[in-house]
Amino acid sequence: MSGDLAMWAIEGVTALLVIASGALSLVAALGFVRLDDFFQRLHPPALANTLGAWCASLASVLFLSMSEGRPVLKAFVIIFLLMMTAPITTALLARAALFRERQATGRVPPPLPMADQP
Amino acid sequence: MTPLLQPAIFVALICYVLAMAIATVRLLIGPSAQDRVLALDFLYVNALLIVLVLGIRLATDAYFEVALLIALFGFLGSAALAKFLLRGEVIE
Repeated sequence: MSGDLAMWAIEGVTALLVIASGALSLVAALGFVRLDDFFQRLHPPALANTLGAWCASLASVLFLSMSEGRPVLKAFVIIFLLMMTAPITTALLARAALFRERQATGRVPPPLPMADQP
Repeated sequence: MTPLLQPAIFVALICYVLAMAIATVRLLIGPSAQDRVLALDFLYVNALLIVLVLGIRLATDAYFEVALLIALFGFLGSAALAKFLLRGEVIE
């Protein structure tokens, strides 16, 4: 009977994590559409990239470990990959946006004094 | 699968699909190219999450490789597009 209770508890936690991940994704998408400026719009997708992906992966690890009866930790590889790649994409996009805005309108902050030196 | 988890996964999948639909609006209206690239980036992360949650729903870890490949190639595509916006060419 205690095994049954543990199963219910794990599935409850999994359900909470999955719903949290979905809600975070939805909030990120809403922010992505509603904000005004591209540099503001860079921020909301990070919500889905970090906490949303963490919640989904933790749910996957918990549930698959329970249902297979052994630790299934593969989903952490996805977290590790997103942890490394999401900031790179964001920084590259921010640089590209800064470059293009500066060329198109000039209404962006000037480069740092250090940035001009080789 | 208890009756607790199944509706939760259903709700989460609907949330992901709604998020993808909303991000598609941003992808279509732009206004700038970097907005569209960011929308594509957001779309691939959501597709990855959908695959992960489907793996929970079907209680199998066979979907893990799919999610891993989506993460890898999505990053490659976003990085290449951002590089293209920065320089006008992908390979220098």
